[in-house]
Amino acid sequence: MNPHNRPDEGRLAPRLIEEITRLADSPMRLMEVCGTHTVAIFRSGIRSMLPPGVELISGPGCPVCVTPAGEIDRAIALSRREDMILATFGDLMRVPGSSSSLQEERAQGRAVRVILSPLDAVKIAEEHPDKTVCFFGVGFETTSPAIAAAVMEAQRKGCNNFYLLSSQRLIPPAMRALLSAGKVNIDGFILPGHVSVVIGKAPYCFLAEEFSLPGVITGFEPLDILEGIYLLLRQRKEGRTEIEIQYSRVVQKEGNPRARGIMGEVFAPVDARWRGLGTIPASGLALRDGFSQMDATQAFDLPLQDIAETPGCLCGEVLQGLVRPPECSLFGTRCTPEDPVGPCMVSTEGSCAAYYKYGRGNEG
Amino acid sequence: MKDKRITLSHGAGGRLSHDLIEEYFVPCFDNDPLRALDDSAVIPVQSGQANRLAFTTDSYVVKPLFFPGGDIGRLAICGTVNDLAMAGARPLGLTASFILEEGLSLEDLKQVLVSMKGAAAEAGVAVVAGDTKVVEHGAAEGLYITTAGIGQIPDNVTITSAQAKPGDAVMVSGPIGDHEIAVLMARGEFSLQGEVESDCAPLNSLVQAMLKVCPAIHSLRDPTRGGLATVLWEIAQASGKGVVVEEGAVPIRKEVKGVCDLLGFDPYYLANEGKLVAFVPEKEAAKVLKAMQKHPLGKEATVIGKVTLGNPGKVLLHTPIGGHRLLEPLSGEQFPRIC
Ligand code: SF4
Repeated sequence: MNPHNRPDEGRLAPRLIEEITRLADSPMRLMEVCGTHTVAIFRSGIRSMLPPGVELISGPGCPVCVTPAGEIDRAIALSRREDMILATFGDLMRVPGSSSSLQEERAQGRAVRVILSPLDAVKIAEEHPDKTVCFFGVGFETTSPAIAAAVMEAQRKGCNNFYLLSSQRLIPPAMRALLSAGKVNIDGFILPGHVSVVIGKAPYCFLAEEFSLPGVITGFEPLDILEGIYLLLRQRKEGRTEIEIQYSRVVQKEGNPRARGIMGEVFAPVDARWRGLGTIPASGLALRDGFSQMDATQAFDLPLQDIAETPGCLCGEVLQGLVRPPECSLFGTRCTPEDPVGPCMVSTEGSCAAYYKYGRGNEG
Repeated sequence: MKDKRITLSHGAGGRLSHDLIEEYFVPCFDNDPLRALDDSAVIPVQSGQANRLAFTTDSYVVKPLFFPGGDIGRLAICGTVNDLAMAGARPLGLTASFILEEGLSLEDLKQVLVSMKGAAAEAGVAVVAGDTKVVEHGAAEGLYITTAGIGQIPDNVTITSAQAKPGDAVMVSGPIGDHEIAVLMARGEFSLQGEVESDCAPLNSLVQAMLKVCPAIHSLRDPTRGGLATVLWEIAQASGKGVVVEEGAVPIRKEVKGVCDLLGFDPYYLANEGKLVAFVPEKEAAKVLKAMQKHPLGKEATVIGKVTLGNPGKVLLHTPIGGHRLLEPLSGEQFPRIC
C-alpha cells in the first residue's frame, strides 16, 4: 500500500548516518550538481540527519534555471507568431523572460502546450498540418536523446511543420567552468544519476585528475544519497580521489552508447550561455546540418538578446554554489513561488524553490 | 434529442427556458420544494437537539467535464455535502446554479444532471432550488456549477480547526491524491495512461458513523485543493499546536506515486474529493478508526500522525529514513518538471 519507502530504509539509514558521522571528523563540503538531488535531499529530511561538519551545496543542475532570459524571450517571440503552436516542458511555463512568460502568453490566447515527452510535439505537428509546431527543447544529457529521437521521427515522417528551438546543455563542461572560475569552495561532488545513465563515468574523470576532487554518481532514493555521501567521506578517509558509481543498479560505467549515438547523429556541441556561468565552450547542442531545416533559429527571425539579470536576483551565484538561497535579500519576500523573480524560484528543481518549499525552518 | 445543443434562447427566460427546466432539471431533482417552482424553496427543519446551521457554497469549474470516477455534477454535489459534513452537519438541502455555454450538448447536460441526482441520493439530500443562465459560446467552458448547502449541527458536536489538542490522533480516511491525478490524466495533455479514478464521494454518512462513536471529534477537513499538506498546516495554524506526520504511514496508491515521481509532484499537495482528515482525542482514536474502517468510504483509513505541544503552527514530517522536514502549505501551482 505504501510505496514511499523501501522496506529496509528505516533500518539501513541510521547505520549509514552512523558511518557518515564517524568519518566526518573534519568539515566536508559536497555539491549536489543536480536539482533532482536537491529536492530529494529536502524531501527526505537528509539535512536534518547529517552531522554538522557535512555541508550540502546545490549546484547548477537545474536545466530551467540555467536557461538565460534571452532564450526564454525567443520562445515567447515564437509563441506570438501567427499559426504557431509552441510545445514545451511544464517547468518552463512560468520562467520570466525580460517582460513576459510563456504562461502569460498562454493566458493571452497563444497556443502554448505543455508536454511530457518530445515525441508528443511531433504528434501535435502531425495532428495540425496547417499549423507550425515548435518544440522549445530545454534539458541536459538526460533529455537530449529523447529530443534527438523526436527530431529523427519528425524527419522520418516528413513532418515539415515541425521545428526545434534547442536550448540543451551539457553538464561536464559546466562543472569544468565552475571549477576553473576558482570561486567555489567544495570538497567533492554528488554526481547526477540520470545524466550519467547516458554519459557514463568517463566525462567526470577530469574532476579527480585535474582538480583533485572526488565524485560519486548517485541515485535518487534517500538511501542512495546517504550512501553517496558515505562513499565520498570514505574516499577522503582512505586518501583516494576518484569517480565512483553508487547508482550501479542503473548506471553503467560506459553509459548508454546507443543514446549517445542518437544524440551525436542529430546534434553537434556548440558554445552556450548559462545563466550565472556565462558562455561555456562546447556546452550546448545544436542541430547538425542534415537536420537544419528543423532549426527554429534558422527558419525564423529570432535574434538572441543579451538580457541583464533582474537587479537583486542572485540566481547566478546560487547556481554556482556561492550563495545559499536564503542569503538573497529577495528570498521569501519579493520572491516566492507564486510570484518568482528569478528562475531558481520557478522550477520544481530550482534551489530557491526547494529551499522555500522544504527548507524554511529546518535548514542544516 | 441527438446532438441538440444549448442556445442563447434557452437562457432568455421564455418558453425554451421553461422547457429546459421542466424537461431536464425538475425530473432529475424531483422533490416537493423544487416542484413548486416558487421563488424560494421552503424546507422543514428537524426540531430538537440541533440548534445551529451550517451554510456553505462553492463553484465548480473542471476540465474535462467528465473524468474517471466522476464528472462536474458529482463534484458539485459532493463538494458542498462534504463542506457541510466537515462541520458535523447533516445536510438539509442544496441549491445548484448553472452557467451553460451556448453550444453545450443537451446530452452532456443530461449526463451531468443524472450524475448529480445519483450523488445527491447517495448523500441523502435533495437539490431544492436552482437557476440556469446561458452565456455566449466561448464565454465559459461547457458548464459551470455553483452549489450551496445548508445543514443542521447536532448540539453535542463542535468541530473546528482551532480545536486540535496535544495528543490528538491524526487520521486520513484513505489514500491521497487520486482525484487530482485522475483529472490530470483525463485531460490528456500528457501521454499518461493509468488506472486512477477520482475518489469523488459524499462523506456525510462516514462522518455520521464517526460522530456516532465519538461526538467529541475535534477537527475535520476534506483536503481538496492544496491537498493534505495545506489542511494540516491550516489546522496547526488555527489551533496553535504542532502536527507530526509519519510519512511512511500516509497511504498513497502506487499509480499515484508513480505519476508524482514522473512529474516531480509532491502527493501531499494533490486535491482529493472523497477523503477526510480527522483530529480525534487520543483515547477515542481506536474506536473512531474502527468505525471508519467499517464504512465503505473509510476502509483504508489509517492514523498518520499526532498533535504536539511543540512546534506550534507547524507540520513536521518524519521521513522513513529517520529525517524530518516541515510540510508547508501549497505555494503556487505544481508544474511537471523536465527530467
Ligand atoms: S530568491 Fe528569487 S531573486 Fe533570490 S536568487 Fe532565488 S530566484 Fe533569484
